[in-house]
Amino acid sequence: MSEPILAATDLVKTYKMEDVEVRALRGVSLAVHPGEFVSVMGTSGSGKSTLMNILGCLDRPTSGSYRLAGREVSQLGRGDLATVRNKVLGFVFQSFNLLARTSALENVELPMVYAGVGGAERRERARHSLEKVGLGKRLDHTPAQLSGGQQQRVAIARAIVNRPKVILADEPTGNLDSRTSIEIMALFQELGRSGITIVLVTHEPDIAEFTSRVVMMRDGKVLSDVTQTPVDARAALANYKEGDV
Amino acid sequence: MNIFSTFRVAVLALLLNKMRSFLTVLGIIIGVGSVIAMVAIGEGAKAEVQRSFDKMGTNLLVIRSGSAQTGGVRGGAGSQPTLLWTDVDALRKETQYVTKVAPSLRQSVQILGEGKNWTTSAEGTTPEYFDIRAWSFQYGGPFNDQDVTSKAKVAVLGGTVVDNLFGRAEDAVGSSVRINNVPFEVIGVLARKGQTAGGQDADDVVLVPAGTFAAKVQGGLRQYLGGSIYVGAASAEDTRRAQVEIQSLLRARHKLRDDEADDFTVSSMAEVASARQEGTETMTRLLAGIALVSLLVGGIGIMNIMLVSVTERTREIGLRMAIGARPGDILVQFVIEAVVLASVGGLLGVGLGFGVATYLSTEFGWATKIDPKIVALALGSSALVGVGFGLYPAHKASRLDPIQALRYE
Ligand SMILES: Nc1ncnc2c1ncn2[C@@H]1O[C@H](COP(=O)(O)OP(=O)(O)OP(=O)(O)O)[C@@H](O)[C@H]1O
Ligand SMILES: [Mg+2]
Repeated sequence: MSEPILAATDLVKTYKMEDVEVRALRGVSLAVHPGEFVSVMGTSGSGKSTLMNILGCLDRPTSGSYRLAGREVSQLGRGDLATVRNKVLGFVFQSFNLLARTSALENVELPMVYAGVGGAERRERARHSLEKVGLGKRLDHTPAQLSGGQQQRVAIARAIVNRPKVILADEPTGNLDSRTSIEIMALFQELGRSGITIVLVTHEPDIAEFTSRVVMMRDGKVLSDVTQTPVDARAALANYKEGDV
Repeated sequence: MNIFSTFRVAVLALLLNKMRSFLTVLGIIIGVGSVIAMVAIGEGAKAEVQRSFDKMGTNLLVIRSGSAQTGGVRGGAGSQPTLLWTDVDALRKETQYVTKVAPSLRQSVQILGEGKNWTTSAEGTTPEYFDIRAWSFQYGGPFNDQDVTSKAKVAVLGGTVVDNLFGRAEDAVGSSVRINNVPFEVIGVLARKGQTAGGQDADDVVLVPAGTFAAKVQGGLRQYLGGSIYVGAASAEDTRRAQVEIQSLLRARHKLRDDEADDFTVSSMAEVASARQEGTETMTRLLAGIALVSLLVGGIGIMNIMLVSVTERTREIGLRMAIGARPGDILVQFVIEAVVLASVGGLLGVGLGFGVATYLSTEFGWATKIDPKIVALALGSSALVGVGFGLYPAHKASRLDPIQALRYE
């Protein structure tokens, strides 16, 4: 098997409150290989978001090691972490997090602005990226003029525009209806086929079915880690009837 | 992130809240605007004063009776005649640097002509006076030394007097006027000089020969000269030397002991001019103080609104960080936003100042002068205020934790 693209070993994250310590992660080890499509499940408060934040280089573990694309990143400073996020990772959030009153195109351009890509190339790549998620005709729309599903597509276009190795998505379908959720999963499967590694958090087992591996968490630990044959989201969409799924 | 995109982001962010941005910089607009306008007026007045002093001639000394010292009980300059008619001759003959000398006796008089009357200031002097003051004639010419000794009843009028008695200047020459009921023949009309350095009308004057003045207008002082003596020198350098020379000459002539103070004052126009300029300097410093305060107040307004903006845009900051903005990028973004805000305020303020100055000079004829240096200074300090007061909110923004910022409601 190839080198893992994400390799977390014994991750511990402790939040120190005034008098109590919250142990959000109590030794999580996880290795994800290139091209894998992983879903992380578990009850509320089991540490899924905490894990994702560390995997996404938004936070540092209290202890443990985390190697991303062959590089130890668990102890990098804020500036270096920002560069890693910009170059290696793409984020998709539950609440989309698009800039209001800003066109889809400009929203997608944003990561390239911080990567120092020139204006003309930025626009070209952003347009291409939006076409890829099926929004080639909505370049000038602002978030307020787009449906939730379309907004999440813009967010995905933004996540892939800097050609990341890994996409991290914390409950990306949490704010969407079930049909739109499947559409988004179909899009993720497509990205997965093109070689991008995806890790997403979900509460819904139906959504996890579309991934190739399910990591179950409880109390800050990995309870189970199962590889499976994913359901094809395109096919599910073709058979989709109201009330199903 | 390059500086151009940063600017664009800043401008767009400010445009999203046009009204708020405008109100935020109103303090700076008004501050900079009033300073530009006030400095324009001050500079205009300064230039005006300078021009009238230049017109008057700066190689000029005025000797007045009385003491320059203010200690003890002493009359002010001119309160007690101490200058003698013989001093005039002595100044002419016994000095090296004095080139021209003329007495100047002054008194307010009633003047009648063509059935109209006017109150003006009469001045008794000698022909050299016109030279010393660099006064030229519109019609006719000056009286001569013969007129002075023979106490001829001839007069030279200033433009304002002519306006009030005759209307047309060419009618005045050759006609007769009565000064304090004594008939005089008008032999010349002075070219207009406008305002004096003191803001008085320099054309509201009538000049007559000194001898005639002493005999018919003033009278009663015999050997004393009831006025001042104007002295001209060849250059600024010579003027300074002449001042020393005059002082020792007059002290000797007035038989003053070493422990006695001068019973006359010698003032140079250059000194008066610089004293006046100093007055406007003080004014300028005061304006600078006001400018500083208004910029500070404006800056606090900017800091306040930037802090509000950082709080409002916490999620945006979190998102920008998540997708790769380094803390430095965020810092620069907000500082530039504050700088753009302050600079736009400064720019609008300069425009306002220009507008007010133009209005004052066209509507009221005020002399105004806009100094590009002041404009540059105003814009520079506005931008600096942006940096200074934007730094803290920007630093706050750059220290945000991306996770918490993203979760912020
Ligand atoms: N910043 C924080 N300070 C203190 N405690 C925290 C913080 N963030 C998370 N926690 C705690 O860590 C634990 C794990 O939280 P986390 O957000 O990872 O759960 P989750 O699995 O994502 O839950 P959910 O499904 O509700 O999103 C929780 O007990 C939570 O209260
Ligand atoms: Mg969570």
